Amino acid sequence: MPIIRTSIIRRIQQDLRSRTRSAQEITEDYLSRLQAAEPEVQSFISVASESACAAARALDGRIASDGADSLGPLAAVPLGIKDTLCTAGLQTTAASRVLEGYTPSHDATSVARLKAAGGIIVGKCNCDAFAMGSTSESSAYKATRNPWDLERVPGGSSGGSAAAVAAGQCVATLGSDTGGSIRQPAHFCGVVGLKPTYGRVSRYGLIAYGSSLDCVGPLAGCVEDAALLLQTIAGRDQLDATSSHMPVPDFTQGLEEVERFASRPLEGKRIGIIRETIGEGVSPGVNAAFDRAAQHLATLGAEVHEVSLPTSGAGLPAYYVIAMSEASSNLSRYDGIRYGVRQEAANIRETYNTTRQEGLNAEVKRRILMGTYALSAGYYDAYYKRAQQVRTIVQQEMHKALLDFDALISPAAPTTAYKLGHVKDDPLEMYKGDIMTINVNLAGLPAISLPAGFEEGADGRRLPIGLQIIGKAFDEGEIIRIAHVFEQTADFACGTPPTFDKSKSQ
Amino acid sequence: MDSNTSASRLCCSAAPASVAAPPEVAYEAVIGIECHIQLNTRTKAFCSCLAGSAPVNTNVCPICLGHPGTLPVMSTGVLKKGITAGLALNCSIARLSKFDRKQYFYPDLPKGYQISQFDLPLCYEGSLEAQLPDGQTKHFGITRVHMEEDAGKLMHDGANQLSGSDSSLVDYNRAGVPLLEVVSEPDMRSGAEAAAYASELRRTMCFMGLTEGIMAQGHMRFDVNVSVRREGESKLGTKVEVKNMNSFAAMQRAIDFEISRQVALHRDGQAHEVVQETRLYDESTSQTFSMRSKEGLADYRYFPEPDLPPVRVTDELIDEVQGSMQESPAAVRSRYLDMDLPIADVLILTDEKPFSRYFDAVLEAGAPPKLAANWVLGDVMAHSKVNQISFDKLEMAPATLAELVCAIDEGLVSGKIGKQVLPMLLQGEGKNGVKSFMEQKRLIQISDMSAIEDIVNDVLSQNQQQLQQYCAGKTKLQGFFVGQVMKASKGLVNPKLLNQALNKKLKEASEAATA
Ligand SMILES: [Zn+2]
Repeated sequence: MPIIRTSIIRRIQQDLRSRTRSAQEITEDYLSRLQAAEPEVQSFISVASESACAAARALDGRIASDGADSLGPLAAVPLGIKDTLCTAGLQTTAASRVLEGYTPSHDATSVARLKAAGGIIVGKCNCDAFAMGSTSESSAYKATRNPWDLERVPGGSSGGSAAAVAAGQCVATLGSDTGGSIRQPAHFCGVVGLKPTYGRVSRYGLIAYGSSLDCVGPLAGCVEDAALLLQTIAGRDQLDATSSHMPVPDFTQGLEEVERFASRPLEGKRIGIIRETIGEGVSPGVNAAFDRAAQHLATLGAEVHEVSLPTSGAGLPAYYVIAMSEASSNLSRYDGIRYGVRQEAANIRETYNTTRQEGLNAEVKRRILMGTYALSAGYYDAYYKRAQQVRTIVQQEMHKALLDFDALISPAAPTTAYKLGHVKDDPLEMYKGDIMTINVNLAGLPAISLPAGFEEGADGRRLPIGLQIIGKAFDEGEIIRIAHVFEQTADFACGTPPTFDKSKSQ
Repeated sequence: MDSNTSASRLCCSAAPASVAAPPEVAYEAVIGIECHIQLNTRTKAFCSCLAGSAPVNTNVCPICLGHPGTLPVMSTGVLKKGITAGLALNCSIARLSKFDRKQYFYPDLPKGYQISQFDLPLCYEGSLEAQLPDGQTKHFGITRVHMEEDAGKLMHDGANQLSGSDSSLVDYNRAGVPLLEVVSEPDMRSGAEAAAYASELRRTMCFMGLTEGIMAQGHMRFDVNVSVRREGESKLGTKVEVKNMNSFAAMQRAIDFEISRQVALHRDGQAHEVVQETRLYDESTSQTFSMRSKEGLADYRYFPEPDLPPVRVTDELIDEVQGSMQESPAAVRSRYLDMDLPIADVLILTDEKPFSRYFDAVLEAGAPPKLAANWVLGDVMAHSKVNQISFDKLEMAPATLAELVCAIDEGLVSGKIGKQVLPMLLQGEGKNGVKSFMEQKRLIQISDMSAIEDIVNDVLSQNQQQLQQYCAGKTKLQGFFVGQVMKASKGLVNPKLLNQALNKKLKEASEAATA
């Protein structure tokens, strides 16, 4: 019987409250595991051992003086933060050269909320520079490896966040998802990635890529831990005018232990398979694993039907036009004038040019160029405006489908993890990999990617495959419950990367 | 827009004298004005930094410095002031508008874009009536009013602009301070009309309490578009943008220069030399010169600001703003005209908000309008100008002036004495009542009949010899008695009452002597 995924966060809270382990012991344990795995996996751009230990000592001090009752829900939970999220006093680069050495004075709201709940920030996770990529190879600092196969990428852009969880370097991480950047690496690394509804989590302090698409969300080893993180970071923020006033329900409500499940725990749920996301263009291994996952949902009592979203193919180009247009504007501020790296030159124009030429990588420049073009006079209507119209249609189609179904499902990506360097020089190939996830961002809906099985490689290695479950706007609770039931019952989807067995810590 | 005056025509005879006179071809100037108004909100538009003046780079935060990950959040004060401006300019208020990003690189622009409003401005289609120098009024159309944020301020070393300077420093205190941009229709036909519109716009914004309106501090920045065309033609000529005018007089001179420059080029067959460009006005030569010529149209790549939700304005909000709006200068002017004040006085009293505020307070304290206006516009205004003290900073309270004006009106004080006492009041004396102050200083006129009679009695009894001579028929001595009473009262006796009292007493004495 494989190990059923259980909440590490709950375990830590029990240990702390029963004084089995101190916050410092937990933190040091994880820091040493982080350091041990780091040479191979390279998930982190920077490690914050000192501030993490100081925060842990402060927690232990509080337990000693005020008792354990005063602890927050994430007390002593070692967490990694994607480097696109600002952390006060910790270097934040978005994996770019132009922000090398930049230390913000402000915490992203999501980070501040994790800290307030007792979370311990152990470091900043690697990613594609400015979150632009699907492999984490465009980082200016390092290429993170997939813990399941060190010759493969962890996915991206939140590759470091996914790999760190898979390798047990920390309990959970924050990522950001503009077109799949949480869900695709979760799929590649065999972990849970949750992209909330647009507006559910404050974007304040998230280094903007495509502002109308960007979402901050958690990656964790199990659904419950992801839900606990979302619980902490969700909710209206005065600092983000686009954050929602919608009340935040208890996302862990109804996450029962497997022993207490009904015989058909998903009885009555209607689940739609998005027809356009299966079959052609999807690797056989992914197709097979997805079929099995869908069948499993049916055996759990759900009514599973195919549903067609005919415009979903139009989403990809529309997504790239919108994301790149917004990016071209959002990245204008990296001009070397006020912070970050400045390449001094003869005059202001040249200073701008040299700073950006050297500080921004090829992929980032490609997207800025394309976005600038799409917003230019004479092209705006044909590209940006048209893309917004397509977005509206995609949105309407998904919303309509979600009137008939409680959730929609698809593979989280068309293939398993790429070999290092495989799509690096082929941007179109890489962009196509986003086909499963981008429409969800265009529609602003919540979606979760969770381990659903494996593809057996020729070399005998297993590569994880993720199931994406898409829900109604602001109904993260529903997809979390479905995902939890799936996770707790799908023994075929369980597993740990061979070289980074986490069972020792559990 | 409708107009009470026919647009003034500019024919070739108005062009510089150096140009030889060809056959009479009349040209017409078409002028439109864009004005940036710095709002006097407490905080910046999209962060909680203070908006007022402060040491360099102290009113800044990660948001207005454009740090990574920061987001703008609109302060409601900006919206209310925007609506106020729109209502004051008779605009329609958009129930739904939005912000857009206007993109360009410049070191004073922290984010690489300015948050502005592009195709859905907050206010649209309004008008403003202004008084022209000839006493006529004219309606000027307002195309739109929109909200945006200001940029920082550059200080150059070694040149007066960024290019060519050895080094430049940026002060970001101003970055993110809210602005309103008011765009007029091209309804002005001369420098004088443009100046009349611009000064009335400033007046209106100041009266509404939206801006401090100090031109020298850049609170109002005007960009003027000038083109000329043959009279009768409907097609607009190539427009030239004129900037850098620091007063309305300078604006008028700049425009009139620019019109004559363009007309001269047209007359010389050099119309193609009028190019779309930005020209700066040089105060010292009263001329405009080209800043950057023949540059292509800048592409600002406007697109909707994804960080800010659309701006929705409810009827309730408009009602709330309407209910708390202050009086417009036009309304104040008509109120003063209803008091039968001469138009010239009314125009000066309503030229600056502090004038009319002060004047209104004087009236409220009971002073009669005409006399009050004379005093405010005369010695008080002179004092304000000479000592450069704004009316809202005067030591003399409006109630104090009102008391003095009332005393003069009632004949308690002569105008002459009033002028004597005013400088002391302007220094802040007489705060506990003008009358007691004057009595204390022995400046007030004696108008109490019994008091005057007492003095007369005293004088007559002290001069028995002259009284007997008077009674004997030497009536010329009356002047002698007047002099004696004035001497005894230090000139404070009301002369009319003195004559009455003296006549009465002398008559009594004469009758007693003959009896
Ligand atoms: Zn600020």
